[in-house]
Amino acid sequence: MAKRIDVSDLNIYYGDFLAVEGVNVSIEPRSITALIGPSGCGKSTFLRSINRMHEVVPGGRVEGKIVMDGQDLYGPDVDPVDVRRQIGMVFQRPNPFPTMSIYENVAAGIRLNSKKMKKSDLDDLVERSLRGANLWNEVKDRLARPGAGLSGGQQQRLCIARAIAVEPDVLLMDEPASALDPISTLAIEDLMADLKERFTIVIVTHNMQQAARVSEQTGFFNLNGVGQPGRLIEFNPTEKIFSNPDQKATEDYISGRFG
Amino acid sequence: MSQISTAPVATGSSAPGGSRGTRRTGRLARWAPWACFAGAAVVVGVLWPLFDLNIALFVLYTVVLGTLAVYLLTRAVEGSRQATNRLVTCLVVSAFGLAMVPLVSLVWEVVSRGAARLDGEFFNSSLVGIVGEGGGAYHAIMGTLVITALTTLISVPIGLMTAIFLVEYARGRLKRAITFLVDVMTGIPSIVAGLFAYALFAIFLGPGIRLGIMGAIALSVLMIPVVVRSAEEVLKLVPNELREASYALGVPKWRTIVKVVVPTSIAGLGTGVTLAIARVVGETAPLLITLGITNATNLDPFDGRMATLPVYAYYQLTQPGVPPQFATDRAWTAALVLIILVMGLNVVARLISRFFAPKSGR
Repeated sequence: MAKRIDVSDLNIYYGDFLAVEGVNVSIEPRSITALIGPSGCGKSTFLRSINRMHEVVPGGRVEGKIVMDGQDLYGPDVDPVDVRRQIGMVFQRPNPFPTMSIYENVAAGIRLNSKKMKKSDLDDLVERSLRGANLWNEVKDRLARPGAGLSGGQQQRLCIARAIAVEPDVLLMDEPASALDPISTLAIEDLMADLKERFTIVIVTHNMQQAARVSEQTGFFNLNGVGQPGRLIEFNPTEKIFSNPDQKATEDYISGRFG
Repeated sequence: MSQISTAPVATGSSAPGGSRGTRRTGRLARWAPWACFAGAAVVVGVLWPLFDLNIALFVLYTVVLGTLAVYLLTRAVEGSRQATNRLVTCLVVSAFGLAMVPLVSLVWEVVSRGAARLDGEFFNSSLVGIVGEGGGAYHAIMGTLVITALTTLISVPIGLMTAIFLVEYARGRLKRAITFLVDVMTGIPSIVAGLFAYALFAIFLGPGIRLGIMGAIALSVLMIPVVVRSAEEVLKLVPNELREASYALGVPKWRTIVKVVVPTSIAGLGTGVTLAIARVVGETAPLLITLGITNATNLDPFDGRMATLPVYAYYQLTQPGVPPQFATDRAWTAALVLIILVMGLNVVARLISRFFAPKSGR
């Protein structure tokens, strides 16, 4: 299950444009790692490069190494599709498949990959995933209804259920609560605290209180100016980042004196 | 018409000056504009004998006079802003009415002339052994259905796959080149498509050849770009987030397309394909040179001449025989059947988009 990720000398490009430069970081298993920083500094780009979603964008490419428990994710004979099966992702905006029911959405990772599974096993998996995402009690009576009919917060938890149903080792979350109200946000944060027993979680967030509440480690990304590549300025335990950061830029950003 | 179109120019120049001095708070009754038009109709009706009007001129003068009356009355009672509003309303409604005239008169003409022969015999018999009265278009209707089905069978896979390639795979120069060529193909005159298919088969099978499959290929040349364009627009509407959600589950790209992108847009794709069929079902020129016409029923598109509804109507009208009345009636009925077919296809398109659209389920 949960695996460790080591990133060394990672440069991320959009075509010729260097978007993120020189990232070195170790992400611990069974913990939540938060990435904070101003808009456009490369947090999401870095997150998407971990499960090779970055190269879906035209011209997107990566230099350097990302190693997950000894396996080089960017090795020459590694299939990006396999990487994504091991590293799941939750997006900023809830994006359930509109043509599928709630049940089918959770089973999508199995069904779309045409894995053979007995109906009863699939039922169990769907229930387990929905329970894991704290959504089972709200939807158990309407599993056959379209996923798009749920509220925004429920849709996001449905997306989390969908992501954990394929039983990945790592879960990436790109601002999972930024489109949600405080109650739904709280539900997602509680859920993350449960999920970290089983998964390595990396979360990008603009909400510093959220980072302080949920994460063990925090990374601060910043860039020197427009057109400059983003960098990982500081990576430390969350407590240290929010009380006594090593870098002045981190302190300025956290205390609101940024720029 | 010239009076209507010049009217707003005059008000545009006078309104700003007038609106300040002539602000009024009165309100016209709901029925006042209608009364203006009724009055205009009465006035023009009284003048009818004097000027030797016909019905078209009567309507035209009534509309112009009525609009003028509404404008002046409103301006006097409610002020210039309301007057301009009423004037523009009158212009818009007149333009709508003008646009409906050819449509309604076409349908009326075809229905009134074609209904006479819209009987069982028309759908049950061909023209074999028919010289004067009777006969039908069974062979032409079946021919049109066979040719259209064959065309759809050729065009839809090619068109859909081209659209998927353009949206999901093609990049940069190649994409621009293909899009440009598809646009050019959309504008190809249908006779050129017919000549292309004729020339293509003449190379292998000699000149003078007539085959159903030739017509289907000529129509495919016309239909493929329509399918590509409509499917491309629909596929572009699928949110990128759904593709990314699928990729993030470790689903390969082709499976994402087959299981997520296409099902999400199936309603739009079905509508586009149906409308593309409606577009080619009435094509005449290419079928004239590739299929020719027969009086007997031939349902084998790989064996000789076939009859189709548009070509049937053309020949019935241009070579009616003596007396011409019966053939002319058959031509109008063929036109009516063609219109019904196209209308039916449009209804099907609407049903498809209603039933297959993703449901929100609230």
